[in-house]
Amino acid sequence: MIFKLKTHEEVAELIKDGMTIMIGGFLGVGTPEGLIDLILEKGVKDLTVIANDTAFPDKGVGKLVLNKRVKKVIVSHIGTNPETGRQMNAGELEVELVPQGTLAERIRAYGAGLGGILTPTGVGTIVEEGKEKIEINGKTYLLEHPLKADIALVRGYKVDKMGNTIYRKSARNFNPIMATAAEKVIVEADEIVEIGELDPDIIVTPGIFVDFIVKRREK
Amino acid sequence: MDAREIIARRVAKELKDGYVVNLGIGLPTMVANFIPEGIKVILHSENGFVGMGRTAESHEVDPDLTNAGGQPVTVIDGACFFDSATSFLIIRGGHIDVTVLGALEVDQEGNLANWIIPGKMVPGMGGAMDLVVGAKKVIVAMEHTAKGKPKILKKCTLPLTAAKEVDMIVTEKGVFEVTKEGLVLTEIAEGVSMEEIRATTEADFTVSENLKLMEI
Repeated sequence: MIFKLKTHEEVAELIKDGMTIMIGGFLGVGTPEGLIDLILEKGVKDLTVIANDTAFPDKGVGKLVLNKRVKKVIVSHIGTNPETGRQMNAGELEVELVPQGTLAERIRAYGAGLGGILTPTGVGTIVEEGKEKIEINGKTYLLEHPLKADIALVRGYKVDKMGNTIYRKSARNFNPIMATAAEKVIVEADEIVEIGELDPDIIVTPGIFVDFIVKRREK
Repeated sequence: MDAREIIARRVAKELKDGYVVNLGIGLPTMVANFIPEGIKVILHSENGFVGMGRTAESHEVDPDLTNAGGQPVTVIDGACFFDSATSFLIIRGGHIDVTVLGALEVDQEGNLANWIIPGKMVPGMGGAMDLVVGAKKVIVAMEHTAKGKPKILKKCTLPLTAAKEVDMIVTEKGVFEVTKEGLVLTEIAEGVSMEEIRATTEADFTVSENLKLMEI
């Protein structure tokens, strides 16, 4: 039996300065806030964060930006967090903007062992700059490279002790794909259930992708 | 009726029964309020579901259920949640019938700019680039001018969201279709003269032989 349940303090040891971290969530919805707080408490810095967006200054990834723990973000949107824009303009934070669908596919590509993806998104825009263009059946595509991380921080709804995970409503978003594309995957669960309690037909993330499970902290 | 409502009402008439539709943030979201009687569409929300319902009342707010702008919403019976890769598979793979987006600029070739004003406003493209490339029909819903200056141009000056993907432009003054032969004015709003359209549109356009009064 692989018993993956840990405390926040135990998984804190895994997250180190300078790492590349994928963080699930969409404007903070579906972000494992307890793991974000852990990074803040532990003083980890110089992170490269891969996420959909930088949320709000007081929510999700936004808290890491506000507290200057991040040296680079790879995201699709920063408009809801003025602090991200301020740090970018001041040269304190590197921002790589990626179309949202391309971001999802680049993450999925690494998790799926693919060397890249071909997408029509961004052709004829500044997104194509510096990228290889490939024509297939008369249509032009951009070659986009896979994205991987040292650690993925995922928020699950119900998670069994083998790591089998289901999500809740729109809190799913990037979480399942990020769980496939990092060296170590930590799931923060709203609820932890016994092995066998989840119907195998409804599991979204198979437990084999999950390395550690922590229980969501009650505030 | 203000300009935004006129635009939203007109765009709503483009929606057909059974369409899968993605509405952008702001004015495009208003389109959902004016969907004609008897027409049922399935709203797609790029943060990961189809079957989006109305805005949530205060007692219905669920922190795990928002639209792509972060506002609490509801879902209809038959809704379905999925991850971001599936959400953009739907978008990019041509499974969205219509997307409605706002614009900073749009031009006579169907180029659209709506995600960045370099040096001023850099919110990021979010899902807009994928939507404009992937949806079967792209409708730009916007006010005809910004502070009196035309937004329908010969050539966009801002960085593009996508090249040559816009199919239709709806403003409070009229409706344009983007064709291979260029921009065609197909409808004109009540009380708006051709002189007014010409004076507030930088782009070259022709007037349809079947020019109609814009229905709202």
